[in-house]
Amino acid sequence: MDEQRMNLSAGFACPLPLSEHKNILLAHGGGGNLSHQLIKNLFASQFQNAFLDPLHDGAIFSAGGTRFAFSTDSYVIHPLFFPGGDIGTLAVNGTVNDLSMCGARPLYLSSAFIIEEGLPMEDLWRVVRSMDAAAKASGVLLVTGDTKVVDRGKGDKLFINTSGIGIIPEGVDISPRHARAGDTIIVSGTIADHGIAIMSVREGLEFETTIESDCAPLNSLVEAMVAASRDIHVLRDPTRGGVASALNEIAESSSLGISIREENVPVAEEVMGACEILGFDPLYVANEGKILAFVAPGAAENILAAMRAHPLGKNAAVIGEVVSDHPGTVIMKTRIGGSRVVDMLSGEQLPRIC
Amino acid sequence: MKYIDEYRDGDSAEKLVNEIRQAVKRDWTIMEICGGQTHTIVKSGIDELLPSRLTLVHGPGCPVCVTPLELIDKAVEIAMRPDVLFTSFGDMLRVPGSEKDLLTVKAAGGNIRIVYSPLDALKLAQQHPDQNIVFFAVGFETTAPANALAVWQAKQLGVKNFSILCSHVLVPPAMEAILSSPMNRVQGFLAAGHVCTVMGFEEYIPLASKYHVPMTVTGFEPVDILQGILMTVRQLQDGQATVQNQYARVVRREGNRSAQELIKKVFMVTDRSWRGIGTIPMSGYRLRDEFGAFDAEKLFDVTAIQTQESPLCIAGQVMQGFKKPHDCQAFGIQCTPEHPLGAPMVSSEGACAAYYHFGKIRH
Repeated sequence: MDEQRMNLSAGFACPLPLSEHKNILLAHGGGGNLSHQLIKNLFASQFQNAFLDPLHDGAIFSAGGTRFAFSTDSYVIHPLFFPGGDIGTLAVNGTVNDLSMCGARPLYLSSAFIIEEGLPMEDLWRVVRSMDAAAKASGVLLVTGDTKVVDRGKGDKLFINTSGIGIIPEGVDISPRHARAGDTIIVSGTIADHGIAIMSVREGLEFETTIESDCAPLNSLVEAMVAASRDIHVLRDPTRGGVASALNEIAESSSLGISIREENVPVAEEVMGACEILGFDPLYVANEGKILAFVAPGAAENILAAMRAHPLGKNAAVIGEVVSDHPGTVIMKTRIGGSRVVDMLSGEQLPRIC
Repeated sequence: MKYIDEYRDGDSAEKLVNEIRQAVKRDWTIMEICGGQTHTIVKSGIDELLPSRLTLVHGPGCPVCVTPLELIDKAVEIAMRPDVLFTSFGDMLRVPGSEKDLLTVKAAGGNIRIVYSPLDALKLAQQHPDQNIVFFAVGFETTAPANALAVWQAKQLGVKNFSILCSHVLVPPAMEAILSSPMNRVQGFLAAGHVCTVMGFEEYIPLASKYHVPMTVTGFEPVDILQGILMTVRQLQDGQATVQNQYARVVRREGNRSAQELIKKVFMVTDRSWRGIGTIPMSGYRLRDEFGAFDAEKLFDVTAIQTQESPLCIAGQVMQGFKKPHDCQAFGIQCTPEHPLGAPMVSSEGACAAYYHFGKIRH
């Protein structure tokens, strides 16, 4: 097998273990182990360069003495409209947030639309208006774009891609590789709201209260944090795959261990209830308006106070710390005093039988 | 959250752990029947808090794990048909058949949908009269009432395009199979709270006295499980073998009578093959003949499919408490959640998956 792979890489350069999966599965896009393998083995290994290799939320490069962050993301979501947002707000905020996680001040976004024949004009108009509102709210401009229409049945109503560019202020240096043993880990608020909001509309689950997505632009919160202290080492918005996948990625790329405490992880009561019913672990459920921050322990208090003073960080909490033990592994102290590994998810979370 | 938080409380757990430590005076082996309990034990780290003289072994109560391989192959065969919309609980989709799982069939264009209840599948049948809606009806006594209700309603409503692929299994015969094995090491049981919610626990009393093993009907939160363990240990230390009910906030001695009646109307007890374990007499349900029109196995002519398990997989021994997941040579090497050889590596309730995800091997 190894020999075969070497021959292939000499000729056609295809390092993906061909025997693993002959077709793309949904789980390749789920943010867990399979996504991770696909990115690492197929994309990153083929395109490798100094800007891509850190596998950050965006690439960081310098021009004319200024450092820029550049990021892109595509949005495919069913349903297009959900409590707390729609595909438009998601498309703008998602890229704004990816840039913010590089410590950048987002400035300009592109926007490409892939539209399925038959989409009601009214729906598209609604999405465009919410993109405009989201751009204004986060202070970015949509400066270029593209439109394609595909045959009915060849797309799911509407896909949007946004790319964005932002400037990184002097003295800010944030990367998943900058985690240090002893760093304090802060989460900016309750987790799993977005994923559960989407699940409940998609599956027609009715709860006593409507669970809203946390979809929000995080740039002003990051600005407030950076103003409080420059000792911020890593920022990550735990979207697909949730907090657990983000922590695992950081543990792996920094070769350090992560230790968190279950009782400190904030989860809204109704979200916890929904997770209980579905058999989901909130640690693996997506967020669209939350930050995981790894900061120097001495700066944690200031940064936490700055986060709590911001409307998007009022429920911020310290959930754990970086340790030199168990490198590459995330371990959680459970509420009852036991401990367990918080693994990378192998595929999509699937609702259980009973 | 009420009824949850108090059963995950650290102080109550600590108190119970101390009581268990004091109560255990010699080596004991207790089996938790239900995969949900296994999951809680490993996820919350209960196994690490218990005294070393107390061993927990994991039982066969994971519906995904015990569903026979050939039934998965039958499901795959049916789901590939263009005239079928195949519906299932989510965690059955990743269980490996002899060649593929249902997720692969879905990726290749099969019409497969996750539902949360068999009644949702029945609703789909009414909405899509041009398609055959098949529901993958697996599980223990817990899921039997809802499956029975769906078939019952389909008959009442005259829905012709709804059927179930049925492989229901029953807990007490599996317990008896474990207890009567010469290899048995189980000295006490945590009985499955959800199963007993439906069936009650009267049928466990003769088993407890025949094999002289104490049993405690136990819930699913960490404090429930610790309490169940403590009650079982106390019985063991006192030489008792009765059935006690820790999960009294949910379970009544006689169970849910109307659910039991419905099950009896639609299903009858039959021999069942258990994945990795083999056939256990009178250990499952099948549809009664008068409901034969709703039996997908007959409708789609897949009764002839027969298959073999991977020789590497020791799932059967794990589920009978003879071995632990990490005793398996394939564990974490040839067998992982991405490439499972056996079902316990797949399901959220499977013992092997719980050990793998929560890192028991790496400690």
